[in-house]
Amino acid sequence: MNRPIRVLAVVCGVMFLALLLNVNYVQFLQASELNARDGNRRVIDEEFSRERGPILVAGRPAAQSVPSDDDYDFQREYPSPRLYFNLTGYYSYEFGAEDLENTQNSILSGSDPRLFVNRVVDLLGSRQPSGGSIALTIDPAAQQAALNGLSALGDDVQGAVVALEPSTGAILAMVSRPSYDPNRLATHDLQAARKARLQLLEAPGDPLLDRSRENTYAPGSTFKVVTAAAALSSGQYAPDTLVKGGPVLDLPQTTDDLTNDTDCPSQVTLTTALALSCNVSFGEVGLALGDDALREQAEAFGFGDDSYLDELSQVASRFPEDPADPQVAQSAIGQFDVSATPLQMAMVAAGVANDGTVMKPYLVDKVYSPDIELLDDHDPEELHQAVSSGVATQLTQMMVEVVTNGTASSAQIPGVEVAAKTGTAERSEELAPYAWFISFAPADDPEVAVAVFVENPNVPREQISGGGLAGPIAKSVMESVIG
Amino acid sequence: MTAGAVEPSTDVVPRKRRGTELFLLVLALLVGVGAYVAVGIGYSGDVPADVAWVAGGFVTLALVAHVAVRLLAPYADPVLLPLVAMLNGLGLAMIRRLDLDFAAADQTTFATQQMVWTLIGVIAFVAVLVVVPDHRRLQSFTYTLGLLAIVLLVLPLLPVIGQEINGSRIWIRIGPLGFQPGEVAKICLVVFFAGYLVVKRDALALAGRRFLGIDLPRGRDLGPILTAWLVSLGVLVFQRDLGSSLLFFGLFVVMLYVATERVGWAVVGTLLFLGGAYFSYLTFGHVEARVTGWLDPFSDTDAYYQIVQGLYGLGFGGLIGTGLGQGDPTLTPFSYSDFIVTSLGEELGLTGLMAIIVVYGLVVERGLRVALLCRDAFGKLVAAGLAVSMALQVFVVVGGVTRLIPLTGLTTPFLSYGGSSLVVNWAMVALLLRISHFTREPQPLVTPLDAGDATQVVRLR
Repeated sequence: MNRPIRVLAVVCGVMFLALLLNVNYVQFLQASELNARDGNRRVIDEEFSRERGPILVAGRPAAQSVPSDDDYDFQREYPSPRLYFNLTGYYSYEFGAEDLENTQNSILSGSDPRLFVNRVVDLLGSRQPSGGSIALTIDPAAQQAALNGLSALGDDVQGAVVALEPSTGAILAMVSRPSYDPNRLATHDLQAARKARLQLLEAPGDPLLDRSRENTYAPGSTFKVVTAAAALSSGQYAPDTLVKGGPVLDLPQTTDDLTNDTDCPSQVTLTTALALSCNVSFGEVGLALGDDALREQAEAFGFGDDSYLDELSQVASRFPEDPADPQVAQSAIGQFDVSATPLQMAMVAAGVANDGTVMKPYLVDKVYSPDIELLDDHDPEELHQAVSSGVATQLTQMMVEVVTNGTASSAQIPGVEVAAKTGTAERSEELAPYAWFISFAPADDPEVAVAVFVENPNVPREQISGGGLAGPIAKSVMESVIG
Repeated sequence: MTAGAVEPSTDVVPRKRRGTELFLLVLALLVGVGAYVAVGIGYSGDVPADVAWVAGGFVTLALVAHVAVRLLAPYADPVLLPLVAMLNGLGLAMIRRLDLDFAAADQTTFATQQMVWTLIGVIAFVAVLVVVPDHRRLQSFTYTLGLLAIVLLVLPLLPVIGQEINGSRIWIRIGPLGFQPGEVAKICLVVFFAGYLVVKRDALALAGRRFLGIDLPRGRDLGPILTAWLVSLGVLVFQRDLGSSLLFFGLFVVMLYVATERVGWAVVGTLLFLGGAYFSYLTFGHVEARVTGWLDPFSDTDAYYQIVQGLYGLGFGGLIGTGLGQGDPTLTPFSYSDFIVTSLGEELGLTGLMAIIVVYGLVVERGLRVALLCRDAFGKLVAAGLAVSMALQVFVVVGGVTRLIPLTGLTTPFLSYGGSSLVVNWAMVALLLRISHFTREPQPLVTPLDAGDATQVVRLR
């Protein structure tokens, strides 16, 4: 009977070998896939208990983990929730993480490959692993000025402000209204968090939507900067080229007309047309250039791209695909199907300010290990050359004219030359128009470019205008940066 | 040995090796007690308050077992006892660790009960060594034990004392005592199969036909294997106990193969097994669910919650584990019994789990070694049967919870919480040691009456 027993010994050996190989597969090869699965409570619990690194704005935390004596060791806290909610997002037990808490999770939670050495040291020292920190490009004074400006327009105002450093693309301010309090979602009282989330989903104005980047709106007359850029770049126009003015542009193929909201002389220079925001002039320029030239120019500023900002989600701004002639004229003045995020319009202003080069916007300036060792320092990147340096200089002069002699006088800053463009985008008879304002300053050596967008201000319809409502906000943001 | 004795040719006189056993046992106890202390430190940062009496009690029990072997089976294999003592100690530490989580949720504590069962297990271990001085005596109880096994299997189906727990009807309850008779049936079946096959093996081995190079048995000899097959299916159908069903049938087929030395029986057995498995897959919802949960557990993480949580636990443990007391093993249902292996894998990691599997492998291979060296056919079959039942059980349960094969409920020998299993496994090891002692014990020598006219020396064995 010995032969079968020897065979059995081999068979049992193979069975145990199979068990060994299988646990190697599960615990080594498959482990990271298992850990990454949704609903894996072990991983959620462990991450939730971990000391997450802070999100810093000018050295002060916009999000931080503080020790907690309940089931989880650390509570995530947002000291200035209304100011930074749309950037930090939230870190919750049941609803996951949003915005920077989500996109920067690997660094904040400490699982990033760059923190591998730290993890090994923690492991050997039997310390709880902790996360690294990130420092944002945000200028707290600009952010606060933007929020104050929007809030002053009423409790239920909806809108957004974006400020960029033109030479680098650094985001100095990014504000959205209405806001929510991420602390209420991050609380360890899961019942309360659930309730807060339900309230949030039904809240008026959809606070979960960051209006600065997650939705597009008709940019109205601010888009005339793009049309002017296309005109100057085509070589057929100069700032002093005379274009058609007057009250009405007879649109081809339709009985519709394009009318001016402001008084324009019958013949004006391109500069004056921009300063007075003459719809007729730019409608005609747009028709002369054609939709392809306009679209190319818009795309050179970033339209059609939904991924230039790495750290946060965003939607692409649009220029219509194949508009008929009358719609080309309407598109040239930022109506019809032209639609842009406030971030995109800030990039238009910043591109003009930066000698025609649009820089790739970014929000995370520096990344640190838990021991405050610098892991990453952001290098500015060029996104596109939107216009030539010469055209940029001409556009800057034209936009300065808008402030000194045109519709954007509300943004004048004593002693500083400001370049700007207003916009008031009509929606329908019932809905209030959008108020827009894009600007940069100082015009000769720009430090800041701003886009302000106001959707639902608490003022009568006839008082809504880009210059009147959005201009003062842009001004205070620029002042806070220039100092 | 006197000078006049005839030396048994070239036989080496085996050493008792009890010192080796004691040394290995100390190492095993260090692992068990160390794990117990590590649980306390990992969970709350303190050495557990009850460590003195728990460690003291466990060490005493292990030493009692060791002394019993010294006195009653001095030539027995020196590795088996330390191996199972280590598993038992590790199981106790892990169950204690899980208790800490359950205590937080105000549930029963299992560790104290498991300690009591360890005591009873060691008593059973000593009792077997005392009651069975020679394993061959068991052969006269072949059919008694066979009948007992059938009775034990039927018991849970009886009204009043039979109990259905978690969908399986494998428990009996008398007053406060719950018991799984199937565990005891296992050891009875091994002895029964061995006694039966020793007698019938010639008939089963010699007649047959060759087909495709394999000697197939005659149709009329198929009776016993078909009976075993039907009984196994009965266990599956009436008790809904997939694991035991597989274990009993597998055990019979393997012992049949060992007894007859004919691969044909293994082929027939495997075909019957596959047929039965496919039939139950088609017929029984719970079998089908197990197969789906094996192939794609993530298709429905609620329905296959247990296996999914087990896998999450293993993945979470990774290479070196979270450390005892620092994982979340109680998220997995039955983390203290069927799924104790994933609990250990989570907190001790891949390294710890591999060590545990290797320990089981060593137990099985030592058991087969006993079978190999044993001189009588009955002892060979019993030893092989005990070793294979351990191998099958570990393969089925560890393979099941780690998703190598479909999940079937079985206890993990020596590790799982559960009295019946622990006591029976201690008894099984005692039986293996008994056979091992007989195998390695020096043969009694027959001194010739008168060396001068010795024309014939009769060796009695």
